[in-house]
Amino acid sequence: MSVLVFVEGLNGEIKKSSLEAAFYGSQVAQTLGTTATAVAIGDVHQDALARLGEQGISKVLYDSDERLKQFVADAYVKVIAAAAQKENAKVLVFSNSNIGAAVGSKLAVRLQGSLATNVTTLPKTENGAFTVTRSVFSGKAFADVALTSEVKIIAVKKNALEIGAAAGNAAAVESFSAALSDADFAAAPKETVMQDSEGGVLLPEAEIVVSGGRGLKGPENWHLVEDLAKALGAATACSKPVSDLDWRPHHEHVGQTGITISPNLYIAIGISGAIQHLAGVNSSKVIVVINKDPEAPFFKAADYGIVGDAFEVVPKLIEAAKALDK
Amino acid sequence: MKILVCISNVPDTTSKINFTADNKSFDKNGVQFVINPWDEYALTRAIELKEAKGGSVTVLNVGEADAEPNIRKALAIGADDAIRVNAHPTDAFFVAQQIAAIAQEEKYDIILMGKESIDFNGFQVHNMVGELLGIPSVTPAFKLDLVDDTTARLEREIEGGKEVVEVKLPFVASAQQPMSEPRIPNMRGIMTARTKPLKVVEPVSTAAKTEYVNFSKPEKKGGVKMIDPENAGELISLLRNEAKVL
Ligand SMILES: Cc1cc2nc3c(=O)[nH]c(=O)nc-3n(C[C@H](O)[C@H](O)[C@H](O)COP(=O)(O)OP(=O)(O)OC[C@H]3O[C@@H](n4cnc5c(N)ncnc54)[C@H](O)[C@@H]3O)c2cc1C
Repeated sequence: MSVLVFVEGLNGEIKKSSLEAAFYGSQVAQTLGTTATAVAIGDVHQDALARLGEQGISKVLYDSDERLKQFVADAYVKVIAAAAQKENAKVLVFSNSNIGAAVGSKLAVRLQGSLATNVTTLPKTENGAFTVTRSVFSGKAFADVALTSEVKIIAVKKNALEIGAAAGNAAAVESFSAALSDADFAAAPKETVMQDSEGGVLLPEAEIVVSGGRGLKGPENWHLVEDLAKALGAATACSKPVSDLDWRPHHEHVGQTGITISPNLYIAIGISGAIQHLAGVNSSKVIVVINKDPEAPFFKAADYGIVGDAFEVVPKLIEAAKALDK
Repeated sequence: MKILVCISNVPDTTSKINFTADNKSFDKNGVQFVINPWDEYALTRAIELKEAKGGSVTVLNVGEADAEPNIRKALAIGADDAIRVNAHPTDAFFVAQQIAAIAQEEKYDIILMGKESIDFNGFQVHNMVGELLGIPSVTPAFKLDLVDDTTARLEREIEGGKEVVEVKLPFVASAQQPMSEPRIPNMRGIMTARTKPLKVVEPVSTAAKTEYVNFSKPEKKGGVKMIDPENAGELISLLRNEAKVL
């Protein structure tokens, strides 16, 4: 019996959210008195895989099949299911990413397992139970869920858990392949287009996010958001009307109908803080709100606030941020 | 073209969330229920496809009788008929089994739903349905077009980018913004919805694989610390030295 973690790569490195999943998996393994193995697919460097030892992973099964460089759900599921069988894995851990949750749900059917997505805590395992806490109601509540099947599948919410130090030995990397057929690639993408991230930070993975709302008046003022983000090493985001108006691309829109993020720091500029916007950002660790209206609802959810005109305040922040010794 | 759209009945987006005294279930008291916002993108896209290519749109809800006003709303927006699987939706797997059972009988060309519900935020049902039926599932898709009678072209979001996928019918897809522009039912729609068929069927038996044992709410924040806009730069040093996030 072991714990299996699926790790995702990006440009040869392992995504931060997958490092979180790896650490989570090794902690679960420790609780259960077993070891944690990772399975990796596609475009990840060998040394990045070996470094998973730092998260407590003892072994990595690596499938380098070229066709897996792009995400193909059915093929990924087959590889992970084969790895789970080889390792006799009874707990499978994923990051709650678009890929992780998709693959996790298919595996739940294939392995007849219990699945919990959006998980924010390590499992409680007293008295034979296996219970995790997940974020529900768009971040407005938590639910404790008992996973009752023999196989348990967990998708860990991004940035919900600190990555601690684990064993430290390099993980042993073994090549691995599942017998993939052409049928497994029937829904393979024709084309993958990455957003232009000219040295920029990807929003779903970012630890710091600077976000702008309709208070910025128009796309021509977005340099304020971008310059502050650049100075802080942050990703940029926006409210829904901003993407509806095409001031910013749709993938930057956060909230109930946009993406949900939980960075360490969320800076909202000229955003009112409507409940639907809050739903996507309320699990950020620290929230800063800059709004000229002292009655803006966002101040109720904020840790730090400035009542002021963004056009006067933000340049001062950019200046102070630039002066930080990184 | 036969399209199935699965909708869930969820608390209105502005609802305050409360639980029963034993914290074991959601307290529906005083809460307005709506069609899950993500499902509305799926529904309107399905209706647009029907308007362009012909065929039918069936809406499906796994839920109790109190979901019927929203099922009627979906009919008023333009779906042709509806099915309600008469059951309390215990978990994603249970719901997926019910959808798959209906789809197995009716042979839909496209099965659409929202990428997640705003109550349980599972992001699971569509993939489970695809897996149960052995057909591709594309999720979360923000664009869906038909190439011809047998093939669809979708764009799905991945972290940091997008993918263009072409799949043969039948398939499952989950919708996210901006797949379509949700519609508000008009008077004529509301009138005709009353006469459209709404079939109630009993669930197939399956055991849920998860059990919700307790609900809780996040701890309240400690309150906001205000900074003088004249000395806005001070914020940056507070974020570094006090909050320790820089
Ligand atoms: C079903 C549903 C789903 C939704 N989903 C989302 C979602 O996912 N994400 C989302 O964001 N919204 C969502 N919304 C919309 C949401 O209700 C709000 O309309 C939206 O968040 C408002 O965006 P905003 O704060 O940028 O704009 P506004 O409401 O226009 O607020 C602008 C703010 O900027 C301030 N301001 C103006 N000028 C300045 C200045 N010079 N300096 C500083 N501050 C200034 C104003 O005081 C105001 O508070 C949804 C709505 C519905 C009904």
